[in-house]
Amino acid sequence: MMPVVSPAKLQEFSLDEATRVVQEFKDQPGTLINALHKLQQTFGYVDEAALPMLAKLFNVSRAEVHGVTSFYHDFRRSKPGRYTIRVCQAEACQAMGSEELSAAIKQLLACDFHETTADGLFTLEKVYCLGNCACSPNIMVDKQTYGRVSPASFKALTQQLAEKAAVSK
Amino acid sequence: MTTRLYIPRETTASSLGAEMLVEAISTEAKYRNLPIEIVRNGSRGACFLEPLIEVETFTGRVGYGPVQLEDIPDLFDANFLTGGQHRLALGSVDALPWFKQQERLTFARCGLIAATSVAEYTKLGGFAGLRAALALSGADVVKTVLDSGLRGRGGAAFPTGIKWKTVLDAEADQKYIVCNADEGDSGTFADRMIMEGDPLSLIEGMIIAGIAVGATKGYVYLRSEYPLTQQILDEAIANAAAAGYLGSNVAGSGKAFDLEIRMGAGAYICGEETSLLESLEGKRGQIRFKPPLPALKGLFGKPTIVNNVITLATVPVIFEKGAKHYASFGRGRSLGTLPFQLGGNVKAGGLIEKAFGLTLRQLIEQFGGGTASGKPLRAVQVGGPLGAYFPESLLDTPLDYEDFAKAGGMLGHGGVVVFDTSVNLAKMARFSMEFCSVESCGKCTPCRIGSVRGMETIDRIVAAKNEQERERQHLVLKDLCETMESASLCAMGGLTPMPVMSAVKHFKEDFD
Repeated sequence: MMPVVSPAKLQEFSLDEATRVVQEFKDQPGTLINALHKLQQTFGYVDEAALPMLAKLFNVSRAEVHGVTSFYHDFRRSKPGRYTIRVCQAEACQAMGSEELSAAIKQLLACDFHETTADGLFTLEKVYCLGNCACSPNIMVDKQTYGRVSPASFKALTQQLAEKAAVSK
Repeated sequence: MTTRLYIPRETTASSLGAEMLVEAISTEAKYRNLPIEIVRNGSRGACFLEPLIEVETFTGRVGYGPVQLEDIPDLFDANFLTGGQHRLALGSVDALPWFKQQERLTFARCGLIAATSVAEYTKLGGFAGLRAALALSGADVVKTVLDSGLRGRGGAAFPTGIKWKTVLDAEADQKYIVCNADEGDSGTFADRMIMEGDPLSLIEGMIIAGIAVGATKGYVYLRSEYPLTQQILDEAIANAAAAGYLGSNVAGSGKAFDLEIRMGAGAYICGEETSLLESLEGKRGQIRFKPPLPALKGLFGKPTIVNNVITLATVPVIFEKGAKHYASFGRGRSLGTLPFQLGGNVKAGGLIEKAFGLTLRQLIEQFGGGTASGKPLRAVQVGGPLGAYFPESLLDTPLDYEDFAKAGGMLGHGGVVVFDTSVNLAKMARFSMEFCSVESCGKCTPCRIGSVRGMETIDRIVAAKNEQERERQHLVLKDLCETMESASLCAMGGLTPMPVMSAVKHFKEDFD
């Protein structure tokens, strides 16, 4: 029994739109990370071209913006697939076979961690703990966590996700 | 008559399909012409029973679980809306031994009420603590916290009252309350559960802290892996504000306190308080040197209380029931209760709140019911990825900060991860080093470089062709771990040796 989520609606990157969506953080102390999250929500990633604009907005150097963007695992620098799948690698999930699950997922999707499937549907990432450690192993698809995932249930899920993505194109 | 049904809106339940149940039950009830009201509570903590549905009947609240989509027509046929018999029927959830043996103070309301409802929260004692605290001076509030014996539940176990006193005594035009909700430790989910199940208790705790020390602004630094938590907490903050508990005149006291959620971005190190403050300022999450203490120079250089979610969410019950009542639980210097989180390879995992002092074996056997796989237990990691691996022979260690330290471990945030005989501890030790290398902030060398050298050394131990070479590499690893332990700037590099060396100490055969 697995909920099937719709792929996130992402826009094509444009500097104008990027500038517009982060204006709410102007003069808000310490909100550079909020702004980066906003860009990623809007476009799926943080485009290189947005960094000088952020530097100006927050009155910091471009190096500082680059430093922050590259420090945090969440921020992508290139467009992801339509779904991002994170597979937990932490201890509690390891105790329930996350290593075997990860291997099966990589084989099924024919792609490695930090890569996107050839059809552009799934980006595969690692995550360390989703806070659902009594129902391991866990994965997360975009914002939805799935507990007690097996290779078989994962396969069924990806088929349903693919169907959903095809409909919502 | 409308029947009240409880279906958790919570990550564990949702990860097992709870949202689909809400839809299916609504549809089926409409089809059968049965009026129902679905209340979205938090989890009661019994993850092995999720999705757990409860029904309010004439004879009390009864549970059914774990419910799958295909059980729904069957449950209706069995008249579950009036408490009918069914293979998934649990009777009164409170009466189950798993719950009956718990001592719930912090989690007393969790799972019982509509999570974000101020009215339901208040009905079960909510905001009584705040009212009691508002009648006291700041110094007396701090004294109450000191008297309760409450220590930081994030893992470091520093006396909360002392931290508060430092901030109270500091002179500044602005002070802050920061809640550390960057629950990154594997095997821990208590922060998430209380924020999803009883978020108003955290909000109330933060308000009490703010009013006590004269801070008018609070931040919850929440990890981005918890998007559902963010939604629920956001809703609770809005409800608290609408009811007059946040804003310029908190509960009519004339005092101001505001609350804001800030999302992390997937960096484990931001659970370390100084790194968290850097991140809140919009910077790279790099560790700061201490001193100065955050209590004196914290967020934006101002005096700041940084407390874990559970620490803050425990504050209201201390004021509601008295410091003495809270301190009557537990033993020695570990007073009160700890919400233990039982996970990994365990049959009945979940959140178990108990007074300090029960043994690890009692927790795993009485509550957990043994391993999920049915194979014998081989190792238990307590206290997250920086905690020690204990063998079966140490299971009788009492769960108490001091006893755990004496046994070479760390209680930390109370996460307990069980492994069966399929585990290889050399692999787990290597993973600890790998995790440290991935998550190190990079500021200090022992952590940044030591973790990489640690992985390489463990690889060489495992690949050693003879005993002599293996022992030589074991010496290198020991030396490296000592360096990391004594020369790292924070707990990340300083404690990574704990799981590694405990694995070597108790499971040396896995390295051969």
